[in-house]
Amino acid sequence: MLNQLTKARWAVVAACSALALTACGGGTIEQQTEENAAAAAEAGGECGELNMAVNPWVGYEANAYVVGTVAERELGCTVNYKDLKEDVSWQGFGTGEVDVVIEDWGHPDLEKKFFEGTGDGSATDFGPTGNVGIIGWYVPPWLAAEHPDILDYKNLNKYAEEFATSESGGLGQFLGADPSYVQFDEAIVSNLGLDFKVVFSGSEAASIQAFQKAEENKEFLIGYFYEPQWLFAELPLEKVSLPPYEAGCQDDPAKVACDYPETELKKIVSTEWAESGSPSVDLVKNFSWTNEDQNLVAKYISQEGMSPADAAARWVEENPDKVEAWLG
Amino acid sequence: MAATTAPPAPARAEPGAAPQEAEDRGTSRLLLVLGVVAVWILVWAFTKGQDTLTLSGRERTPVMDDLGAFRDSVLASRDSNPLIQLTYGVGEAFVAAIDWLQRMVSIPDFPRPVPQIGWLGVTAVATFVGYAIANWRIALLVLASFLSFGAFGYWSEAMDLLLVTFVAVGLSVVIGMPLAVLIAYRRRAETVFTNLLDLMQTMPTFVYLLPIVLFFGIGASTAVVCTLIYALPPLIRIAGHGIKSVSASTLEATDSAGQTFWQRLTKVQLPMARKTIVVGVNQTTMAALSMATIASFVDGPGLGKPVLSALVKSDVGGAVVPGLLIVLMAVMLDRATTAASERGELVARGHGPDPRVHRVVLGAGLVLAAVAVYVSRLYPWAAEFPGTPLRDTAASWSDATVAWFTDTFGGVAGGLADAVSYGLLNPMQALLAESPWWLAGSALVAISAVAGGVRAAVAALVCLGGLRFLGLWHDSMITLTMTLVATLMVMVLALVLGVWMARRSSVDLVLRPLLDMGQTIPPFVYLIPVLALFGPTRFTAIVAGVIYAAPAAIKLVADGVKGVSQGTLEASRSTGATTWQEITKVQLPMAKGSLVLAANQGLLYVLAMAVIGGMVGAGALGYDVVLGFSRSEEWGKGAAAGLSIVLLGIMLDRVMRAAAHHTH
Repeated sequence: MLNQLTKARWAVVAACSALALTACGGGTIEQQTEENAAAAAEAGGECGELNMAVNPWVGYEANAYVVGTVAERELGCTVNYKDLKEDVSWQGFGTGEVDVVIEDWGHPDLEKKFFEGTGDGSATDFGPTGNVGIIGWYVPPWLAAEHPDILDYKNLNKYAEEFATSESGGLGQFLGADPSYVQFDEAIVSNLGLDFKVVFSGSEAASIQAFQKAEENKEFLIGYFYEPQWLFAELPLEKVSLPPYEAGCQDDPAKVACDYPETELKKIVSTEWAESGSPSVDLVKNFSWTNEDQNLVAKYISQEGMSPADAAARWVEENPDKVEAWLG
Repeated sequence: MAATTAPPAPARAEPGAAPQEAEDRGTSRLLLVLGVVAVWILVWAFTKGQDTLTLSGRERTPVMDDLGAFRDSVLASRDSNPLIQLTYGVGEAFVAAIDWLQRMVSIPDFPRPVPQIGWLGVTAVATFVGYAIANWRIALLVLASFLSFGAFGYWSEAMDLLLVTFVAVGLSVVIGMPLAVLIAYRRRAETVFTNLLDLMQTMPTFVYLLPIVLFFGIGASTAVVCTLIYALPPLIRIAGHGIKSVSASTLEATDSAGQTFWQRLTKVQLPMARKTIVVGVNQTTMAALSMATIASFVDGPGLGKPVLSALVKSDVGGAVVPGLLIVLMAVMLDRATTAASERGELVARGHGPDPRVHRVVLGAGLVLAAVAVYVSRLYPWAAEFPGTPLRDTAASWSDATVAWFTDTFGGVAGGLADAVSYGLLNPMQALLAESPWWLAGSALVAISAVAGGVRAAVAALVCLGGLRFLGLWHDSMITLTMTLVATLMVMVLALVLGVWMARRSSVDLVLRPLLDMGQTIPPFVYLIPVLALFGPTRFTAIVAGVIYAAPAAIKLVADGVKGVSQGTLEASRSTGATTWQEITKVQLPMAKGSLVLAANQGLLYVLAMAVIGGMVGAGALGYDVVLGFSRSEEWGKGAAAGLSIVLLGIMLDRVMRAAAHHTH
């Protein structure tokens, strides 16, 4: 029995070897290798490598892969996408591991450490992306439709009991967000005299699940959220108005009693890379698009299940004029 | 903390007079504990809400600012610090080595459009190795696993994870074995190491992930170093235990033959401890795999990447498939290493396969593998795994299953969550966290003293003092509450399922794979479904902790109950004991050692999930760690929270050990 098995194996070996030998010359891998080598020699490597940090949210992915796709296709760059948290990305500027952070929501502490003047100068502000972050207090659509007066903070206390959960100690629950975001909700709640307790969801995924669940089961929920965000394509949350933002009203974290300002999202790059003369520098500098643009790509990724690279390629093909403008 | 130490043999005391006495002592101690709690509640009624040391979301104490400032000064010195220069160089070498390996098997080696060795070659070689080190059953398992990696569309990620795991485990053995020998020989080294290893195993990775990047750079190097920190302790502990356990008489007998230290170590101790050492390597491998998703936060290559990127899209199906492939890889490596060590023993005893036949099959396999490698370098079909629709089918199937599950059980789940939260969590938390810190602290020390004597009281005092110093007292008490409630649930599950498994082998057969899965599946895979059921609450965190911790406890209880001798059982049956009496009067009391160990391990595994809890709305120390990981200005607070988790773990471990010891 075993001998037979062995014989059978040898037969397979023989067959395989014969197959391998007869088809040796025309292997397509070999052809493609030659083509790749030739193409690389021709391109001359003017752009070289572009190290693009990819922070963990879909809107960021949209920016990163659209810029990366253009850099690859139009400028012949080799783009290395690196999945990183914000802090690590900034740390990477100084070591050459990261060239570009393509969507920054504001990190005063990191700016202090890495910008010229206060820090080691390894990071440089490369201007706005054109996207505007709208941070604030949001409720699920069903709640806004059923109780429209809830969209004014002055009426929140009226409903506080409805918002109570097992976590909120008898008060209404306000769902704080992923700790990556600057939040003043504890101060706002207490300074506006609201009968709420801030409970932190701890991650974007947890906040999203909470809003989806609240909409589905018609539960009361209010929490910190933001636009642009892919969830809005599926679930258009409604913003609750707080006392409007005025310059300086958030300077003392303990005394905040106003809404969040609109945040201009920025590009932050490695200083060394910015001075390298790579053609991709101008591309990143010129890159600018709208919230609608980003939402569209984010929708391709999150709702239609496309990979970020495919989604970006699709948008780039659909919007040649915008891409043209970035290439200058 | 002994998270993976080999279980001590369950006490085999025959029931009789001595246990009766112990039972009386146990009852009186329980009464004493209840007395302490009664006094605690009484004082609490008058003082609640005072001196609770509550910190709001972004508040910090000077200790935290000092920790943060220290980190900042290290960061600022990175261009001139010789240590960073050195480690960074090492990190770059790591990255280069792993990149080279990746280009061999997982990513295109430019200008080639594919890696040097395609899937066919890698699969053939792996299958051959499976046969060579173990047997044909393992070879088939390896073959099926590798084909699944490809068929489900995660070939390159799976290869990356295997590479990182192999490098980390290899380094663990190189670094860990000498240390294991050291702790086996030097008692003092063991005391020092126990605390250090406890620290390495309970400190949340999120605390040291960013500093490690500072020293070793982004990507594979940091992934390997972080994996090392977490995966090294089990090997040192278990292998050290194995070497130490080689019987003294054996050593004396061989010493009398005049052997040198080196001969004694390599010819007697290591071979005789071989089986235990393999268990250590095995545990280290499992620990290494559990770091896969965490490492992907800093661009560590592997199957963790698709899991994480699915999480940010709330894409359940997209996370389930790579998550299950990690489980498959864990099962494959676990079974292969175990079978390899068993085979070594069989061969040593002359029970192996016929060596001549074996050699022939090996030779044939080798040739076959070589041909497969050759072919996979030439032809696209053998180089790149053909695309299949399996990945999408499996993802949408998982989506549908999870959606059905959450829709069907959503109502029941909400009720359960509320019952536990209002009935157990809130009252306990009110007592622990709303007491003035001095009241809760003295009560905890008193309870430890009653339960475990002076040693336990001292351990509790030192750890609580540390918690007070770090400044996160209130959060620590909330985390302690959740840990205790979760451990209670773990023990209920462990008793019910463990006894059931021990009494019915068919149940054992069905449950074991599920338990393996619970232990190895990355939590990020089941967070979304659990959140959909329970919302962002402490109960969600508890469920996540139970999923992770219960399997180990269940297995320990099952094995302990199974270990009760058949003779004792028959004796009790002959006296006409009912099944219930048999379980409660004979099996459980006799498996007490295993029950204690199960509770201890369950507790520490639950605590290990505190950080995940912070990401699903449980707040407290877990949230503080995530905060420190996410905002650079809060790193000091995160570090203080991480240290607090370590202190909680050490306190619970020491008190429980002392209490268990006290009863014997």
